[in-house]
Amino acid sequence: MRREVRLSGFGGQGIMLAAVILGRAAVMYDGKYAVQTQVYGPEARGGASMAAVVIDDAPILYPKVTSPDLYVIMSQEGFEKYGSGARPDAMLLLDRGLVHSRPACRYLEVPATDDARSVLKKVIVANIVMLGALVTATGVVSREAIEKAVLDQVPKGTEDLNLRALRQGYALGEGAIHEAA
Amino acid sequence: MQGNVASAEGALAAGCRFFGGYPITPSTEVAERMASRMPKAGGVFVQMEDEIASIAAVIGASWTGKKAMTATSGPGFSLMMENLGFAVMTETPLVVVNIQRGGPSTGQPTMSAQGDMLQCRYGSHGDIGIVALAPNSVQEMHDLTVKAFNLAERLRCPAFLMADEHIGHMRERIDLPDTVEVVDRTQLEPGTLPFAAGPGLVPGFPTFGKGHRVHVTGLTHDERGYPATTDPEVHAALVERLVRKVEGARREIADYVVTNPDAEVVFVCYGAPSRAVAQLVADKPDEGIGVLRLRLVWPFPEHALAEFSNATAFIVPEQNLGQIASEVERHTDLPVVPVPKLGGELHTPAELARVYEGVRR
Repeated sequence: MRREVRLSGFGGQGIMLAAVILGRAAVMYDGKYAVQTQVYGPEARGGASMAAVVIDDAPILYPKVTSPDLYVIMSQEGFEKYGSGARPDAMLLLDRGLVHSRPACRYLEVPATDDARSVLKKVIVANIVMLGALVTATGVVSREAIEKAVLDQVPKGTEDLNLRALRQGYALGEGAIHEAA
Repeated sequence: MQGNVASAEGALAAGCRFFGGYPITPSTEVAERMASRMPKAGGVFVQMEDEIASIAAVIGASWTGKKAMTATSGPGFSLMMENLGFAVMTETPLVVVNIQRGGPSTGQPTMSAQGDMLQCRYGSHGDIGIVALAPNSVQEMHDLTVKAFNLAERLRCPAFLMADEHIGHMRERIDLPDTVEVVDRTQLEPGTLPFAAGPGLVPGFPTFGKGHRVHVTGLTHDERGYPATTDPEVHAALVERLVRKVEGARREIADYVVTNPDAEVVFVCYGAPSRAVAQLVADKPDEGIGVLRLRLVWPFPEHALAEFSNATAFIVPEQNLGQIASEVERHTDLPVVPVPKLGGELHTPAELARVYEGVRR
């Protein structure tokens, strides 16, 4: 089954990296096909950032997301640009402290940046927290796959921190999903 | 793996041992990968001061017998045009990877386009012969880079990998082969004039440092390599050969994929838009939509259009205002419908479906 995931936030949050890790988990460790793409501006940090991952059991012909069924949104601007137009049966994961609006479809509030700051003491791993929540809430890839992919991609010396971030995300992903209003 | 990285890996597999370049979005990852991989492969990576110097360094490296390449995008490609003509005139094998972005000028650095398709064919002055390939996947970023080297070496001309930002920056599954088929340039036989070509129209290569006494010039030259700039016959024979050695290989080196040859309405496509076409064909299996996907765009395989004997129209989706559509028009009396898309977004299957429905009626 084709699943389309759109991740958005601002430059510096690791939106691209989260997408790369998700695609890698699907291809290298779940034996699926995946295509990861992005839209970005010339800014190094601070500009709007959007990445997308298509995951399928069969080879992927059209590489871009057209109508995502899953969203990871880590900024208000990202919500306004992408999340507010989500289709009715889509599912949104919102970074609770950074996104103030709420959609008309199913959504899960994830205090990823808040917990990264207060529990993990490193706000930089908020993207990994979101990935953990995404995996738990949607099963888009397996936990084993995402853990291996995270370890492949993060800098040496940060493995433990990132695994803790992922597990924090697993716990947050168990939270109650808000049904469409 | 990312498309740009796959291209660098393909180049190394093909035997590339020199990269001279200047970073430019959206091609920079090719240079980054080469910078990290080349020293371990026993080759040389040089970041030059600009794209003019980059292509000059690539030409020089090629004359020492190394397989050499650079990677760039529109603005850098424009700067390379003069020396690319020098490479054509001096029959220097080299590969240029162009990850196309929105132009003209600096345009849209981070967005996708296919606006340089005619520039690569006609951008350098004079009549030239070149080869251009257009990958539509990360796998083909690798495989067609290998092919670009093989064609450059065989034909002694610049070969272009005319990718677009979608494909260059996309990450997807790739199977890296253990070995690839590699073609090496034919060396000049001692005692043979350096620019005297046999029936294959490609002379042997007098590698610098191998004992050949050879003069290499962008001026019109005779078979010895010496300038002969006022002899009309020498000039005509030289330029005709430079073009004919490539154009004459058109059928032999043609590389395209035909889907549903009995179709009436046929898409002609290359690069990222061909992925939208493939999705449309898969979504409408009963329609039997025809597709001619070009993996090699130049020299244009005009004979491939005739594979669709029932064709009534050709639809050409491109990330430009109809550059290859105009080439298709040159070779058919049937209606040709361009589907231009500027701005950097990829055609959607739904957009192409609407065009298809309109043409089919």
